[in-house]
Amino acid sequence: MSDLQQQFLQKAARQKRKILFLRILFFVVFIALWEIATRLEWMDSFIFSSPSRIILCFAEMAKNHTIFYHIGVTLGETFLSFFLVIVIGILLAILLWWNETIAKVLEPYLVVLNSLPKTALAPVFIVWLGNNMKTIIVAAVSVAVFSTTITLYNTFLEMDPGKIKMIRTLGGSKKDILCKLILPGNIPAIISAMKVDIGLTLVGVIIGEFVAAKAGLGYLIIYGSQVFKLDYVLLSIVILCLISTGLYLFISFLEKYYQKHYSV
Amino acid sequence: MNHLLEVKKLSYAYHTLQGETLVLDRVSFSIEPGEFVAIVGPSGCGKSTLLSLICRLLQPDQGEILLQKNKKTGYMLQKDHLLEWRTTHKNIALGPEITHQSVNGLPQKIDNMLKKYQLDGFRNAKPNQLSGGMRQRAALIRTLMLEPDLLLLDEPFSALDYQTRLSVSDDVWAILKKENKTALLITHDISEAISMADRIIILSARPATVKKEITLHLSCPGERTPFLARSSPEFKDYFNLVWKELNNNE
Repeated sequence: MSDLQQQFLQKAARQKRKILFLRILFFVVFIALWEIATRLEWMDSFIFSSPSRIILCFAEMAKNHTIFYHIGVTLGETFLSFFLVIVIGILLAILLWWNETIAKVLEPYLVVLNSLPKTALAPVFIVWLGNNMKTIIVAAVSVAVFSTTITLYNTFLEMDPGKIKMIRTLGGSKKDILCKLILPGNIPAIISAMKVDIGLTLVGVIIGEFVAAKAGLGYLIIYGSQVFKLDYVLLSIVILCLISTGLYLFISFLEKYYQKHYSV
Repeated sequence: MNHLLEVKKLSYAYHTLQGETLVLDRVSFSIEPGEFVAIVGPSGCGKSTLLSLICRLLQPDQGEILLQKNKKTGYMLQKDHLLEWRTTHKNIALGPEITHQSVNGLPQKIDNMLKKYQLDGFRNAKPNQLSGGMRQRAALIRTLMLEPDLLLLDEPFSALDYQTRLSVSDDVWAILKKENKTALLITHDISEAISMADRIIILSARPATVKKEITLHLSCPGERTPFLARSSPEFKDYFNLVWKELNNNE
């Protein structure tokens, strides 16, 4: 290895260490300032909470397991809605791809439903479905399912016509084109839809819990803000940060696994 | 009828909202068993449409396409269209998989084909690990797995660079001779047509009609491979003849 190359590598490694250090520093300074500001009463810790109060609050709620219950409820609802979004999204996209007439007829409705702010529907779902988990799941599914359907349908349509012709020249039917070509060929597209959906369904679940829940982190946020226990609110937000990062990493892991095992 | 394939007064038009485009106008020709026939014509003249009609992806508006009883066609496209997520082995198995052919002896058959055409070292490789020539060979084997009697070649070499193209046409030609297949090649490359075919059918610009048929007699020392055919003394004359025919718009 030449000296110049070595210098270059050292420089790159230094830069990487510097960025990692600054990231950690940013976090530490932010937490420290928050703590100091509330201790010295520059900010009211009753309203802004503080890192130490959040940790104490967590410790207390961990002792009687309530926090794990709330996390479990939110996670369970998120996974269930995520699963429903993916299954319904793929099935609807297949239906639209299969039947062009249905696709053309439904197109304007899907566009409207996709651009409609789904939060507007949440109160309607409560009235229709009641103040329970059904409302939360339906709200979360409605947030993500239309965009998923439209995205997947469009990627299905982009399949190379030459490949479709190839399947047909081998005697393949429309079902073969779907099973041998469209679905296996679009797994990367399905995974990237999943990446978006896991975040969207979490948003939908929290919205749902705001309006119709007796448990979950969204419920905890609303409850905390109403009784002025801001420790609850901020603790929930911190946990949501961790959950959303974790879920995203989980899908990224799936993607890496797929890339490693099924394509080069 | 002794012809393997007989096309009689075949006409076909495309319909769009902008209007009707007649692509093929009463095209007639026939192919005998074991023959290698090339169809040349200006680009966009409807050559690909003709092949789609012969393998029944499209239905003719008028005329007839008569294929000998119980004979099958196989189609090889411009690009190899190997599926990136499948290994060579699985790509080749695609045809039998679709037609639900009896699995009896199938793995054995695939192995034999891979060995015969020097791809057995790559049976578990993904398409992007194969060279252009190997990919085209894999695509040909995929077509041959269904044991077609008439092979339709739709400019199968046009996506390759010139050097690969020469060696792959030799390869494909040798494979077809070895398997004793009848082939119909369409191309806009005059030298390619002359080097590979026994007979050339020249089509006019759209709407395509048969302008002329030329039976080729190339004198080659030894076996007439496409590569050697290019250096035969008659090659240049045939080239000029076809060239003149293609550019002569009456």
